[in-house]
Amino acid sequence: MKYLLLICSDENIELTPEEQAEIGPTMDAWLKDVDGRGVRLIGNQLRPVSDATTVRMRGGDVLVADGPFAETKEQIAGFDIIECADLDEAIDVASRHAVARFGSIEVRPFWTE
Amino acid sequence: MTADVGEAVTEAFREEWGRVVAALIGMTGDWDLAEECAQEAFASALKTWPRDGVPRRPGAWLTTAARNRALDRLRRSAAESAKLREVAALAPAGDPGRGDDSGIRDDRLRLMFTCCHPALPLEARVALTLRTLAGLTTAEIARAFLVPEPTMAKRLVRAKNKIRHAGIPYRVPPSHLLPERVGGVLAVLYLLFNEGYAASAGADLVRQGLCAEAIRLARALAGLMPDEPEALGLLALMLLHDSRRAARVDVAGDLVTLEDQDRSRWDRAEIDEGARALDAALRRSHPGPYQLQAAIAACHVTAPDAAATNWAEIALLYRQLGQLAPSPVIELNRAVAVAMAQGPLAGLELVAAIEDSGALSGYYLLPATRADLLRRLGRRTEAAASYRAARDLAATDAERRYLDRRLAETEAPT
Repeated sequence: MKYLLLICSDENIELTPEEQAEIGPTMDAWLKDVDGRGVRLIGNQLRPVSDATTVRMRGGDVLVADGPFAETKEQIAGFDIIECADLDEAIDVASRHAVARFGSIEVRPFWTE
Repeated sequence: MTADVGEAVTEAFREEWGRVVAALIGMTGDWDLAEECAQEAFASALKTWPRDGVPRRPGAWLTTAARNRALDRLRRSAAESAKLREVAALAPAGDPGRGDDSGIRDDRLRLMFTCCHPALPLEARVALTLRTLAGLTTAEIARAFLVPEPTMAKRLVRAKNKIRHAGIPYRVPPSHLLPERVGGVLAVLYLLFNEGYAASAGADLVRQGLCAEAIRLARALAGLMPDEPEALGLLALMLLHDSRRAARVDVAGDLVTLEDQDRSRWDRAEIDEGARALDAALRRSHPGPYQLQAAIAACHVTAPDAAATNWAEIALLYRQLGQLAPSPVIELNRAVAVAMAQGPLAGLELVAAIEDSGALSGYYLLPATRADLLRRLGRRTEAAASYRAARDLAATDAERRYLDRRLAETEAPT
């Protein structure tokens, strides 16, 4: 099954130096694992929401706004698409992502007919 | 139909529903189809058993009948041809009634883990467990949880959809996930039991029936996971609590304290089964919170009268429990046990420590416990003040009536 991992965190969160120092090695290990096993199909980090643009089409007009589609405490900071046997495997992959330690990972199955 | 056959079908329904549904989900992967075919199999039993007699293995008969229904249905739907081949390969053609169920594995354990998966909301875990494992109807579950039937139906549909679409696996979790997931299954069963137990004072038999369902499921779980002492511990805990059900409320519907309960109304058979389950669990030498709570319950129900209760043992068990699962409520219970074993002053010290910690502020049993201890020390003015504080925090009429009685006794002139 294909799942989208939405990597969410508060952009203004202040991490301790220890937490900060952990991120790099944790991510390296995660990427080595998911890419090595072919679990991750694609993924990337995203620029902060200050660089986001939201587009809507209303009554024939294109409405363009600065910022994310919803003002929330946590914002989408990245994404990964993974291929797993089932939700338990997807949860395991998500739980080992560095951001899971201070942010949250939303696991969304793809819509399949 | 004779009453005996009707009885046999009812009995088979209670014992076999979960097994039949679980087996059908295992074969088809389709939860709705599994439930419908199980239902049809039971309906067909009601028709044929009076004529042909009750089969030697009712469970195997029902599973075979339900599987044949599923094959029929899938055959009619051409789009499912791939799935049909799968099912046909899994299920050797058998004659219902003469089939041997040794080849049919018990899928109930997988079903329990799927129903209690942490990715489902807790209320859906409870509802799914009752629907698919215990065979309660949606209407019955809705009544038990005091929600409208369409709400409950929606909850069940949403949960089944999530299982399918999000890929919640239908299997016993691998060993590294097992401790956490077993805990989740036990928690759902205990929640079910407590829903029923709390309803004991009311007139609603559906809610009270939840205790029996929870015990039946815990018994099945303990049988399916013989190496899991906490499953046995939970079964023991439920049985030992349930044994006191009839004595817990008086004719007016008021709660009767353990001390004042008529012990002759306790269910001896349940106490014996509970004690055996607890012994079997403790022999595994791997104590856990359910086993310790069951051991405490056993201290109460095995004492010939309230005065003979081994409070020193209970205090010790609460200390162990508090170390495994620290909680101010456990600490308050320990304070009561210590007061009974060593005297009210020793208990008051522990109560004061809980009050100082600020935990449980707003919980009526904290001032109520202090009031009881003060009353026993003869400090009546302080006791009355604490009873009043407790009364202000009490949530139910039964609790308030109990505290009013105590307050009146405390304030009565000597």
